[in-house]
Amino acid sequence: MSLSEFFSMGGYGFYVWGAYGFTAVLLTVEIVAVRARLRAAKRAAQAQEAGE
Amino acid sequence: MSTRVINWFKFASPASFFPLAGRIAWWFAVPAALLAVAGLWLGLVVAPPDAQQGNAYRIIFIHVASAWMSMFLYLVMAGWCAMSLIFNARLSAMMAQAVAPTGALFTVIALWTGSFWGRPAWGTYWAWDARMTSELILLFLYLGYLALRQAIDEPRRADRASAVLALVGAINVPIIYFSVRWWNTLHQGATVSLTKAPKMAAVMLTGMLLMALAAWFYAIAVTMIRLRAIILERERHTAWVGAFAGAVR
Amino acid sequence: MSGATAGDGGVWPGVAWSLRRDLRLALRSKAELGVQLLFYAIVVTLFPLGVGADPTLLKALASGILWVAALLASLLSLPRLFAIDFADGTLEQITLSPYPLPALISGKIAAHWLTSGAPLAVLSPLLALEFGLQGPELGVLALGLLLGTPTLSLLGAVGAALTLGLRAGGGALLALLILPLYVPILIFGAGAVEAIRAGVGAGGELSVLGAALLASVVGAPFAAAVAVRIALD
Repeated sequence: MSLSEFFSMGGYGFYVWGAYGFTAVLLTVEIVAVRARLRAAKRAAQAQEAGE
Repeated sequence: MSTRVINWFKFASPASFFPLAGRIAWWFAVPAALLAVAGLWLGLVVAPPDAQQGNAYRIIFIHVASAWMSMFLYLVMAGWCAMSLIFNARLSAMMAQAVAPTGALFTVIALWTGSFWGRPAWGTYWAWDARMTSELILLFLYLGYLALRQAIDEPRRADRASAVLALVGAINVPIIYFSVRWWNTLHQGATVSLTKAPKMAAVMLTGMLLMALAAWFYAIAVTMIRLRAIILERERHTAWVGAFAGAVR
Repeated sequence: MSGATAGDGGVWPGVAWSLRRDLRLALRSKAELGVQLLFYAIVVTLFPLGVGADPTLLKALASGILWVAALLASLLSLPRLFAIDFADGTLEQITLSPYPLPALISGKIAAHWLTSGAPLAVLSPLLALEFGLQGPELGVLALGLLLGTPTLSLLGAVGAALTLGLRAGGGALLALLILPLYVPILIFGAGAVEAIRAGVGAGGELSVLGAALLASVVGAPFAAAVAVRIALD
């Protein structure tokens, strides 16, 4: 199918991309948040080590 | 053949599992991405439109994968909870703690994608069909676990209390599901079953399986990273974390 | 309490002991018990005020409203199962007594039900009249509540034990934990009344409620005992 067909999804574009888009956003947020949490935990461990 | 006995408990401590978790995360993250690309290619491009639902049915590729994962991860979580109570093992409890947010997330995705599929396919964003209603209750079970963990300050009490809760929930999930299904047959009337998927062509089935695998591998990878964070947070005062922190600089 | 080790005493004496004790304590504050019934009555009365007094509508909603309100009333009364004993250290003493802890908890739950769920079940037909339910419908409502409310108390006890002493969230947290577990009871209890309204028998639904009660009687006291020990450690 053509690119414009791909985006419109036969008129169902709002629903298909609404679903896929929401999923993509949520998974991205999860990945970013989890990695940020790990970084923060490492930093806290280093601060702890430095403080001792 | 080596006569070395496998020590299953070798990796049972947070300290020894910590580096392994990092490696596991990478082993599964890369295949997850590849599987997702393949699955999305099949689902969004290769698979033909459905006779009745047109292109709207393509949501099934993420809806089914996320729904399966939401249920599977709850069982995994409950399994780790059982281990943590039986063996009084800290790492098992941390595993459950690491899995829960991802499970809850997949439940939200399943509900949202189901809703966005329901509107074009059957005319409504929400109909009280058995599976979606059970999925909603599953979300409450996940959130309850997370809320209880949050509310208890002392980590070991939080581990044990939330483990009991997760096991009570796991026992009740089939009961809740069958009650809701029974309830649904009463009140459904003449409406169409929302969860009857269109007839599956081989391409569609393959796409769904690829996405399910991708979701599973993704869940493993994310859980491992979260587990590493949890281990560092909870074991902050141990010597090995101190050494790790010093070395990481 | 004697110096015997915990668990030496019998099961039924343990149940009887804690049942008698908790009943005595509960009946001292009769006002508190009355307030719980009043809460049920008020919540039930709110719904017609919210949805209008159309008799057909109210009859259709009656079973659901009367049951949901019962669930909420049960939630409200659960904290007093353990909270007071926990606060003054008596709960810890109780776990050290010679009777098995699940037996003692069973007695507590029984006393709790006798002073909350049972009166509520008896009161319910009176409130159901507000919704235009009649005759056999009233009977099935009361019977269903008599069978269902003990299960609510039993399951609720597990939740109450898990959330012992937590200030954060308090009652709302308990609700979040317990209400999903209440769903099957709600479905079959309200379903029983609907079955009678539809002209079919409610035997199936009531049997399920009975089975749920049996399963809870067997399982919940042990789960609650585990939860109490977790909270006290």
